[in-house]
Amino acid sequence: MTSSPDGPVVIVGGGHNGLVCATYLAMAGRKVQILEARQSVGGGASTTGFASGYQVSGLAHILHSLNPKVCKDLKLESAGLKRGEAINTIALDRRGRHLTLGINEVVGAGLAERDIRAYSTFKREFRGYAKALEPLMMNKPPRLKNMDRKDKFTLARLGWGLRFGLGTDSMREFLRVGGINIYDVLNEVFENPLLKGAIAVDAVLGQHMGPRTPGTVLTYLHRLWGETQGSQSLPPGGMGQVAGALAEAATQAGVTIRTGAKVQRILLTGGRASGVLLESGEQIDAAVVISNADAKTTFLTLVGTPELDAMFAHRIHTTRTRGNVAKLHLALRALPIVAGLSAQQLGHRLLIAPDLRYVEHAFNHAKYGEYSEQPVLEITVPSIADPSLAPPGHHVMSVSISFAPYDLKGGWDQQHSIFADRVIALIDQYAPGLASQVVAHELLTPVDIEAQYHIAGGHWHHGELTIDQSFMMRPIHGVAQYDTPIAGLYLCGAAAHPGGGITGVPGHNAARRILAMGDA
Amino acid sequence: MASQQQLAGHDFHEVLKASPFHARVEEQSLVKNWMSWNGYQTARVYDTLASEYFAIRSSCSVMDLTPMEKYRISGPDALTFLNRLVVRDISALKPHRVTYVAWCNDEGKVLDDGTIFHLEPGTYRLCSQHHQLDWLLISSLGMNVLIEEETHEVAALAVQGPTACSVLTAAGFDTLSQLKPFGITHTLLNGFEVMISRTGYTGDLGYELWVAPANALALWDAVFGVKQRGLYDVRCIGLGALEMVRIEAGFIMPGDDFNTAETTVRAGHDRSPFEIGLGWLVDFDKPHFTGKQALLKEHGQPIKRRLLKLAVEGNKAPADSFLYDGKRGRRIGTIKSHTWSPILKATLAMADIEYRNGVVPAQIWAEIYYQKELEWRATWARCTISKAPFWAHPRRSATPPQRC
Amino acid sequence: MKKYDAIVIGAGHNGLTNAAFLAKAGLDVLVLEKNEYIGGATVSRELYEGWKYSNCSYVCSLFRPEIYQALDLGRHGLEVVPLQGSTTFKQNGDYFGSYHQPTVRRREIARHSKRDADASVRFDADLMKWCRLIRGFLLRTPPDPSSLKMRDVMEFAHLLKQFYSLSESQIYEFIRFFTMSIAEYLEEYFESDVILAHFSGGSIIGTGLGVYSPGTAYVLLHHAMGDIDGNVGSWGFARGGMGSVANAIASSFKALGGEVRTAAEVQQIIVKGRTAMGVVLTSGEEISARVVVSNLDAKRTFLGVMDRNDLPEALLHRAEHFKIRGSSGKLNIALDGMPVFPALPPGSPLTLGHMHFTDTLERLERAYDDWKDDRWSADPYVDTLIPTQYDPTMAPPGKHMMSVFVQYCPVEVEGGWTAAKRDAFGAAVIDQIAQHSPNFKQLILHAEVRTPREIEAETGLTQGNIFQGELTLDQLMFNRPFPGYAQYRGPVKNMYMCSSSTHPGGGVMGAPGANAAREILRDLGRTDTTPRDFGDD
Repeated sequence: MTSSPDGPVVIVGGGHNGLVCATYLAMAGRKVQILEARQSVGGGASTTGFASGYQVSGLAHILHSLNPKVCKDLKLESAGLKRGEAINTIALDRRGRHLTLGINEVVGAGLAERDIRAYSTFKREFRGYAKALEPLMMNKPPRLKNMDRKDKFTLARLGWGLRFGLGTDSMREFLRVGGINIYDVLNEVFENPLLKGAIAVDAVLGQHMGPRTPGTVLTYLHRLWGETQGSQSLPPGGMGQVAGALAEAATQAGVTIRTGAKVQRILLTGGRASGVLLESGEQIDAAVVISNADAKTTFLTLVGTPELDAMFAHRIHTTRTRGNVAKLHLALRALPIVAGLSAQQLGHRLLIAPDLRYVEHAFNHAKYGEYSEQPVLEITVPSIADPSLAPPGHHVMSVSISFAPYDLKGGWDQQHSIFADRVIALIDQYAPGLASQVVAHELLTPVDIEAQYHIAGGHWHHGELTIDQSFMMRPIHGVAQYDTPIAGLYLCGAAAHPGGGITGVPGHNAARRILAMGDA
Repeated sequence: MASQQQLAGHDFHEVLKASPFHARVEEQSLVKNWMSWNGYQTARVYDTLASEYFAIRSSCSVMDLTPMEKYRISGPDALTFLNRLVVRDISALKPHRVTYVAWCNDEGKVLDDGTIFHLEPGTYRLCSQHHQLDWLLISSLGMNVLIEEETHEVAALAVQGPTACSVLTAAGFDTLSQLKPFGITHTLLNGFEVMISRTGYTGDLGYELWVAPANALALWDAVFGVKQRGLYDVRCIGLGALEMVRIEAGFIMPGDDFNTAETTVRAGHDRSPFEIGLGWLVDFDKPHFTGKQALLKEHGQPIKRRLLKLAVEGNKAPADSFLYDGKRGRRIGTIKSHTWSPILKATLAMADIEYRNGVVPAQIWAEIYYQKELEWRATWARCTISKAPFWAHPRRSATPPQRC
Repeated sequence: MKKYDAIVIGAGHNGLTNAAFLAKAGLDVLVLEKNEYIGGATVSRELYEGWKYSNCSYVCSLFRPEIYQALDLGRHGLEVVPLQGSTTFKQNGDYFGSYHQPTVRRREIARHSKRDADASVRFDADLMKWCRLIRGFLLRTPPDPSSLKMRDVMEFAHLLKQFYSLSESQIYEFIRFFTMSIAEYLEEYFESDVILAHFSGGSIIGTGLGVYSPGTAYVLLHHAMGDIDGNVGSWGFARGGMGSVANAIASSFKALGGEVRTAAEVQQIIVKGRTAMGVVLTSGEEISARVVVSNLDAKRTFLGVMDRNDLPEALLHRAEHFKIRGSSGKLNIALDGMPVFPALPPGSPLTLGHMHFTDTLERLERAYDDWKDDRWSADPYVDTLIPTQYDPTMAPPGKHMMSVFVQYCPVEVEGGWTAAKRDAFGAAVIDQIAQHSPNFKQLILHAEVRTPREIEAETGLTQGNIFQGELTLDQLMFNRPFPGYAQYRGPVKNMYMCSSSTHPGGGVMGAPGANAAREILRDLGRTDTTPRDFGDD
């Protein structure tokens, strides 16, 4: 290797994974600089003031899978991280017969005893599968041929965990359901439509998938894996507070963070990454460049296709990265009222997904470049736990809306406000009077997310979490171990294994890989 | 409704397409021995193989080249695109010059070989044996380049043989004497434009003439007019005679001598440029090209196999023969293509040979099965590796050509 | 009372294949069939005077040549004639024809997209890679991944070795192919809408999935890996209709000393002391045998002809939840003459192949959305064939028989199926074809319209699922029909399964029947009479 071990490291993008990766490298004694295009770090983990006096988590709004090892290693608590109170998921029912879904138990009016029991069994069983995948999650995904010792070790641990951790019956069951859709599984296990609808949301959120799409068991396990790590919460101060703690930890470790510094090109010398060129024209030399950007942006825009093999570039180009989720922020003059919910309960994660067919229908539209007539909503009112987010007595509501496709037929310009009104009207059906409480609102479609957060396609996970884009094929095979065909260039973001969510895991795995390769 | 042009564009009765020269080709073909070349009706033989072979080697031969795949490449990134496509550095290729190239997939396995014509500053023509549009378009991602397939829009004629220059000069092309090998010149003939390149697939003096399809027959008639006027002999040749001379000249044929990567199903059955004798094209010092890393990796490892030129003792045709490292020794390879060379009176072959520990086998023997009056016999023939082309006549590159 | 060596329940092609290989090993075998005629879903029936309908399955491709050879089916009257191409008609009056002649096909693809014509070379080679790998698994018993038995471990090692004959990148590409949707997989090669739609259709036939459902790319292989005389992916007509396939196997079976009884419906498999002893018919007759083989689907086998008390609870649970949703309908139409298709050039050979009328992926996917909501597709995907252009045995001279396979048609519609709804479903299909054939409707002499309900009623395929169980990852290979029961052995001793509910699944392939015979003969200590894969190095 031509790099010097002491050479400077540049990280393109100060999203949470970039911050995590940077901190690990700095803690290992490397000189690391983060270059962030936006005015603040955090990327999808941000707090945004969308109207004067009203603040809300900009993109991700529920902390549900921040990795405990990362928290511990980076001492995020002492850097000021506040997770907030653990919250449950409440599946809303128009007639007030809501269900509250906890980690292991579900309660609510009209629930059959059978479903209540089935829920605990189901959650334990599936969390077991998710845990069995752990060796795969916290390491570079092993290659399936030409593997190194570490790959073999990972596979051996995975195989052992499946065979002896789960046991014969559970292993068989895992191998049976692992590749199929959540719809068939839920119909086999549960009766209550609302319960099935709510669980299905966890399997399809952020994806171009409906409950009947094969592969949704795997996306559900991906989500559950987060649950094995801790409970979900609304961080006080919004997600920007989490990013702030990460930035603090990074700074303490010696990382230099520059905001408002947009990288235009990754520079190569003799085929090796040698620095970056900023939009301002400034050039920064580096021994190692790490990209926290999505794969399309990294390779096709920042590196450029002439420096890549043709089929490699084509494969990156054909990865599916069209976003499916819009974000709606509402400034409210009062706390909305949902029949059957206390003010305290309103502070939980609220879902509008009354049954499987509703969720599937919501998805149907996305297949044809239409938005859902009756979308699936994930609603939080973070100002209940943290009143500082809104003026006294006022509130903010943060809603993620599925499905709102990136490639809407005819484009979003004409539809922007129509869609926002439709969603507000839908919430109003559950929280009567809400529409008249709205002081201001902001809708971010995937197109807006792409523009504001620099994520190609505006996709939450930097790319679909289908099997063909997961594990040793994420973002594509050949670059799934964080290193790339360009020597000295690495990936550390959600485009890399194990994908999106505020987990810090891609950043953690990437840092380990970079250090193990003796680079940086 | 679909456009009439689209609907009219297809007739299932026409299995093999007619080239713009077809009327004359049909007329000249005495034996009507046709085959398909890229979907065009092409003569395998017009008269006899022997007469066509000697037209190439001792007088003047003409062949319809239209079926060769042709792509026009232009736009601001044309050079970047091409240089990233092929393993050779073509950045120094001047306008009006031609160069021989090969290109690989990401794994460094050869997709095809061909020639690049620098037609005018920034505009190129890529000629290839197989269809490449899909790969060219894949390779064009992120580049400002226009790629147009123009196989049927450009008619082409190869005029090859020791008297080729004399024939063309007599036909009215007066700018040829100073045209160097791999050079391009433009001229007018009877009012239409002809592009002439000093290129070919015969290893002999020769030219390739490029015209609009509308002028194809006029071009043909001008060339054959020389024969009618009793000045020089000019003959049509089919693909059969071409196969003989291209082996003599040491040119490889994708699909025959090696499996092209795109059509390879079984792992390990595709070939790198090094393995088929095109290592001399690979330039690791030029900007990035597809397959570079894989080739660098291969380059640092012991040689596994090579496509070699073999002179096979005797006159028995080594068709599909297995090769051994001694009589009844270890099997080390197979013959890919072969010919009897009438001018050298020798059996010549291209063979895929496995090396051991990076070293070429000390001896190579072919086990040949041949038949005499329907009775099959077997024999062993010693093979000798030829580093240089079997046939390399100075007249191929002499400028000006002799007797021009 | 006579005791047979083996009883096979159901004279479908897999039951007959299984029986024939057992008889070939010298066993005394009886096949019992509930219908008056044999064949199950491989039948030719005269439902309109003078016409023979292949009224369930309608083309022959997957049938293993190894079995064909081993049972000498050619001498027993089977003739399979290759089809000539396939067509998708476009809504704008144009068409795409996948001609039999390669040069013409290439030029026709290029007419729609020059790039796609070239991409098809890459696509064909890639598909062949996966075909080669999967074909080798068809005539083998799947190993149990949770078992540590020597045989399973060895078989697993064999499969891994095959898998590792691929290069590293091919391994990932194979996994991608296995898990992607057909639409997204094809979109990595092709750009033309009609070509995407044309090549996608085969992937949804018989499934409860849409063209955008992950896992459908693999199904393409299920339809493409058959071969006729080495032409992989080509399809053929059985002369005399699909009944000829069953008849030839039955003839071979009888020549080997086997016995077939029709109109003999099995009521129950007799189990004593966790061992199958024989069967009892609906007539009350009891027949005993050393071995009982069920060619019924997994649901019918365990929930129909077995006593719940003889079965483990976990297996019953799996049988109850076995996914076997029907999704296909069928029309068999007697025609007074040959319909015209004005989009095709005069004299086109394309009418001799499959004809389709859905020209975009969106239309295919929307057809699926209807099925998800328990409606038949308003704009259905149909696979139409007119075998009488070749085969004079199926209709009077100058008259024709048209087989129309329809995707999608649900098992249950809202409010239940009625005769009127069935006719409306038939009308939707006929309208689809008539849009492209002006004289089609006038030529119709008789049309048999079959929803999954009618298919189930005749053939016994639960819910009319043509594969006897959906081909999703939870029901493939070592999971088919259920984890732990994928090696053809039932939950009680001397009881076996040989239907398409077992590996490698549906299609007129014969492989489940042959594979089950191999396991039975192994258990009985008899010589294996089943063929090995021809192999392809």
